[in-house]
Amino acid sequence: MKIEILGSGCKKCTNLAASVEQVANRLSLNIELEKVTDMATIVDYGVMSTPAIVINGTVVSSGSVPSDTEIEQLLTQVRNG
Amino acid sequence: MFIWFSIFADWLVYDTLGLSNQTQVGQALHFFVEDTSKIFALLVVMIYAIGWLRASLNVERVRDYLAGRPKVVGYGLGAGFGAITPFCSCSSIPVFLGFTSAGIPIGITMAFLLTSPLINEVAILLLFSLLGLEITLLYAFTGIVIGMLGGALLDLLKAERWLQPLAAKAYARGQQAAPTKSSNTASLNQAASPLNWQQRHQFAKSETSEIFGRVWKWVIIGVGIGAALHGFVPAGWLQANLGEGQWWSVPLAVLMGIPLYANATGVIPVLESLLLQGVPLGTTLAFCMSTVAASFPEFVMLKQVMQWRLLALLFALLLISFTVMGWIFNLVSLA
Repeated sequence: MKIEILGSGCKKCTNLAASVEQVANRLSLNIELEKVTDMATIVDYGVMSTPAIVINGTVVSSGSVPSDTEIEQLLTQVRNG
Repeated sequence: MFIWFSIFADWLVYDTLGLSNQTQVGQALHFFVEDTSKIFALLVVMIYAIGWLRASLNVERVRDYLAGRPKVVGYGLGAGFGAITPFCSCSSIPVFLGFTSAGIPIGITMAFLLTSPLINEVAILLLFSLLGLEITLLYAFTGIVIGMLGGALLDLLKAERWLQPLAAKAYARGQQAAPTKSSNTASLNQAASPLNWQQRHQFAKSETSEIFGRVWKWVIIGVGIGAALHGFVPAGWLQANLGEGQWWSVPLAVLMGIPLYANATGVIPVLESLLLQGVPLGTTLAFCMSTVAASFPEFVMLKQVMQWRLLALLFALLLISFTVMGWIFNLVSLA
């Protein structure tokens, strides 16, 4: 699955990308992770509060840094989709 | 209830460390210990309580609420929401673009963004606990008025002429489309389902650790400066030099605040010390607001969506409003 982390590159966004990667590895999911800092793209997704997580083109979380447990839920939901 | 913090500082500074309460060092340290412990305790309680109440408020909902409002109402609402809506400053660009593409006029968006750093609910409650209702109301009222006036002025000047291409595009898109709710974030909008108390607790808990983690060092710095003023500047020196509210002291205070960068929470203890030292209210507020709002890092970030001309205009606008506000408060409070 393709996961994008939207954010202007502040500390929160970097932390979030790292946790998503960790969780995915733990679940041995095959993911393609991309950090999106381009404002035009972020706005096109309709996101106003960063950091946000986009999985396969759908915004699944924005404006907060979810806990590892929450990230795990998001990922498994999509996997079992 | 605040007496406990004083007792704690007595015990720590005078009894345990054995400093005399007659020395400047002893007094300064006592002030520092009492104020830091008091502010930390207040912060934890307050951020949690506010987080609990605010769990269901987010920028998306504010945007949907502001979209399509008449301008006159919009400035007030924009500034009011700016005062209570939390967002990390790195979100100010997406917020700006998001509001703009929803067809919200530039002025209302700016009222929101200007008020946001000036007033935050934590600073307000802190101010209230330390200095009472009157000063708190003045501070909040001023911040909101500055946000509204700034927004209205930008609309009058048709500031959208000076946006960067990216923002101009968003603006054009917003003007074509009737204000609509964005559909692909609808799944996130938990507005539909009221939060249960456990979700609220979770949100409040994470807010508390996040905000506290961000502001504690500001508080230490702020109280440290306050304590230094308290213990080492001869009592009455500031009052003798600035106490008349001389007209030039206000713009000077504003200019001094520009290179200093602090957030609203850290500036409150300094504000408290300056007032205790006999610096007039208008001069003190002008200095503190300038420190909080006229900060270069923020402005450099806004460069992504605004051209220099518009940024310079905003900056000048802020400095002038702080100065005028300082003069007015000095006139009123020293009359």
